[in-house]
Amino acid sequence: MPFGINETMGQYSELFMLLAAGTYTVAFIAFAWDLAKSSKALRAVDLKAAQAGAATKVPVAAGVGAGSAGARLDGPADRAERPSSSAARTTGSGAGGVVTADGDMKYATERRVPARVAVALTTLAVLIHGAGVVTRALGAGRVPWGNMYEFLTTGAFLVAAVFLLSLIRRDLRFLGTFVVGLVIIMLVAASVAFWTPVGHLVPALQSYWLVIHVSIAVLSSALFTLTFAMSALQLVQSHRQKTVAAGGADKLGFMRLVPSALSLENLSYRINAIAFIGWTFTLMFGAIWAEKAWGRFWGWDTKEVWTFVIWVVYAGYLHARATRGWTGTRAAWLSIVGYLCVIFNFTIVNQFFNGLHSYSGL
Amino acid sequence: MSERVNVKKKQSAPVKEAKAQAALPALGPKGMLRWAWTQLTSMRTALFLLLLLAVAAVPGSLFPQRPANPAVVTQYIKDHPDYGKLLDSLQLYDVYSSAWFSAIYLLLFISLIGCVVPRAIAHYKAMRSQPPRTPQRLSRLPEYGTLVIPADAAVPASEAVSGAARVLRKRGYRVEVRDADGALPSLGAERGFMKEVGNLVFHTSLIGVLVSVAAGGLFGYSGQRILVEGDTFVNTLVGYDQFNPGTNFQSSQLQPYSLQLDKFNITFDRESRGKFGQPIDFAATVTTKENPDAPPKQEILKVNDPVTLGGTSIYLTGNGYAPVVTIRDGAGNVAMQGPVVAKLQGDNYYSSVVIKVPDAQPDQLGFVGFFLPTAFVSDKNVSFSADPELFNPQLTLNSYYGDLGLNKGAPQNVFELDVKNLTPLNARNLAAGGITLAPGSTYTLPDGKGSISFDGVKRYIGVDIHHNPGQLYALVFALLAVAGLILSLYVNRRRVWVRTGTADDGRTMVEYGLLARGEDHRLAGEAAALRKLFATEWQLPEEGAPGDTSENAAPSQQTPRRTSDNVAGSAGKAEGPAANAEGSITTPAGPTGPEKDQ
Ligand code: HEM
Repeated sequence: MPFGINETMGQYSELFMLLAAGTYTVAFIAFAWDLAKSSKALRAVDLKAAQAGAATKVPVAAGVGAGSAGARLDGPADRAERPSSSAARTTGSGAGGVVTADGDMKYATERRVPARVAVALTTLAVLIHGAGVVTRALGAGRVPWGNMYEFLTTGAFLVAAVFLLSLIRRDLRFLGTFVVGLVIIMLVAASVAFWTPVGHLVPALQSYWLVIHVSIAVLSSALFTLTFAMSALQLVQSHRQKTVAAGGADKLGFMRLVPSALSLENLSYRINAIAFIGWTFTLMFGAIWAEKAWGRFWGWDTKEVWTFVIWVVYAGYLHARATRGWTGTRAAWLSIVGYLCVIFNFTIVNQFFNGLHSYSGL
Repeated sequence: MSERVNVKKKQSAPVKEAKAQAALPALGPKGMLRWAWTQLTSMRTALFLLLLLAVAAVPGSLFPQRPANPAVVTQYIKDHPDYGKLLDSLQLYDVYSSAWFSAIYLLLFISLIGCVVPRAIAHYKAMRSQPPRTPQRLSRLPEYGTLVIPADAAVPASEAVSGAARVLRKRGYRVEVRDADGALPSLGAERGFMKEVGNLVFHTSLIGVLVSVAAGGLFGYSGQRILVEGDTFVNTLVGYDQFNPGTNFQSSQLQPYSLQLDKFNITFDRESRGKFGQPIDFAATVTTKENPDAPPKQEILKVNDPVTLGGTSIYLTGNGYAPVVTIRDGAGNVAMQGPVVAKLQGDNYYSSVVIKVPDAQPDQLGFVGFFLPTAFVSDKNVSFSADPELFNPQLTLNSYYGDLGLNKGAPQNVFELDVKNLTPLNARNLAAGGITLAPGSTYTLPDGKGSISFDGVKRYIGVDIHHNPGQLYALVFALLAVAGLILSLYVNRRRVWVRTGTADDGRTMVEYGLLARGEDHRLAGEAAALRKLFATEWQLPEEGAPGDTSENAAPSQQTPRRTSDNVAGSAGKAEGPAANAEGSITTPAGPTGPEKDQ
């Protein structure tokens, strides 16, 4: 039998969510400020370098990647054998200045104060957000992912938390505005469009498979969110690198905080691989659960169709990475299309769970 | 779009032309077949078919699907006279069994087989063969480094190679030492064969899943049954309300177990604001018997918690109320008595009721109306149910008499009454008015046609019964697929070559290079780890802080920069034995570098 409902807890939770959204908003501004400031600083350094006639190397001063001098475009070793990667290689260094950030995405020695402030604020927001998720769970007496409101709030928490965790190993702060912006959108959408008071689960959802299946799905989606951001940046960066290499004007100065297209591609591939395994589990556990709940493990209902489509698109992505002529930009597009399907699936969920309300019908 | 694509196009256009010119005249029927097969099993085709499969799956979520809900499809076609039929002819209501969807996945799986079999053979051979020959110029490899063993350590080149072989073997490499007693002994090593094995297992298991699902469809069966409290279901063909046999089904497959519904309990949410009155727990107490002679056993059937019996699983898929009525005919005899399954229509178990009384004399009787567990009348004089529980149960009915048309043998929907050939007796707009009954009350029909009593209310459940022999296999293959996938993504296939030589001053020079097959972002880490192990093996002194040598000691801009994780010393190219010995010793390597991957 389900635990009791505690509405006071539910109200606390909503308060926490509100506070978290506010803190994220300030963090977002700090991230944006960091982008603006750093790109300005970089431009100034470039200018000086140009005046001083320094042709090849920009002095170590501002850029993230400056610590290791020059654009790093090396990916995993085998990439060098692909005809496509050699093109990118020349692109990066050809312009003579620091075009992109360090491909290893390691932290540089130089400090970016706004970025540090932004990360600190995001950490604070994630803590408050976490309190909101926990109080929600306590209020409902169950895992906090039983309806759209909860998927969004818990999902946003995971996106932010995964982002912060990845910051421990890599300097992905260039993704900050994107990730935090998305988290804000998710929180706002949850509160405005999908607000639901704490409540019990319908019997169809009362299963330990809810805990397993949905948590993995949300976690994989959080990872797909990061790779989506990287793939989108990869497209911009690849376009920019090409322009700069062809001697064009660099209109997107802030993009020099972002690693090269190839580095982005490689990192997003690795994250996508993890997320793909997660999604495979999501699909399998969903099927096992469907078998328990409805007596068939696969019935091609809307939700199942889209889960399958997403899986196939990302399988296509993994294949693309091993197919000549499909690495790079095309793979990035597949990653983006896959994520759009994830979003679509997520909004369709709403309808799906409405469908379950007629569960007691015949 | 991008530079890569453009570059690729520029390269491939002339190549394609050349290919086409070269290949066309030679193609006989056999050649054509071979060409088609090569195309079908190419990676590009696999990718294309995968993406096509994703696209083809989408319409099934946009249009109603027959297997899920045939009635909705019929309605949809009626509602869209302009294109409803056209969609049907395109099989858009049966997407997942359509010719085009099947064609895509069958092609994909043929391509898969065509891909897996040769790869499996090639990999089997690779696993049994020696690591490839040592490349002439190790410095060209993505990871490359050198070590120097001082002369006073007295480790000659041949011993250094066998030391390196030891280190590599311990680390799981398969090692072959070449030219051990020559001037430039070397070794080739390889590991990570499980990567390809994982990949092959993964793809093969996908075929296994597909076959299991197909087999389940062939040999399985499923059916539905509604059980009112007190009813017993016996697993025979007549026991089912609806039965869907698989293609190879035989009725002897049915084990005659029985399942009786003793009691059905629902708990409603009385706590939360938003979902007040929503069901939060369904529990059916059932008594089961494996076969007619077996001892009875009481079990609880719940949502998400099926009962398994006689090779089948029994699922709780629906429920509702069944008002119990007694109907007497014009002659005063009981023409019908028992529960009538009310079909859910709206909130709070607002349900429709259809009662057909073919045994009534002299005229057959029919009733159509609604059952409301907690009847309420709104300001606008509309009846609705205010609560799912039986606080104020009410039956409101219209009645008809005449020929129900049941004797003609055409199957009828028990939930619908065709009133075309019937004469109305009771209705709101008739003088007699409609029938409104509370439990325990009786209404006498006009014109001496009989009476109807509302005796009480029972609950009913809907159960789905499934037998799917393919299920277990599908699960096993799916698990195998995941295991293979993880191996294939996380095992790294690597090759290492080491070459040693003795310098004029007696030092032993060692150079080594690493090459990954496939994606491997930890190759540099492996290079660093091997370097450390080698240093320990030859008791070389600790190296300086990582990073200092690689940046500062880089001798020239021409040296392509290696992946940065490769710390200390990777730039000491000039000290490699081959380089050192350039001119004086000729290396026995062939003209090409390391074997290319693709
Ligand atoms: C049902 C269709 C298929 C699915 C769902 C699928 C899925 C996948 C996935 C998820 C991977 C990445 C994991 C791994 O490396 O093992 C992969 C890799 C691979 N697949 Fe498939 N595949 C399918 C069909 C095919 C076909 C038809 C071919 C051959 C033409 C093929 C050839 C390959 C190859 C060569 C790799 C290794 C790529 C690499 O080296 O990174 N696959 N496949």
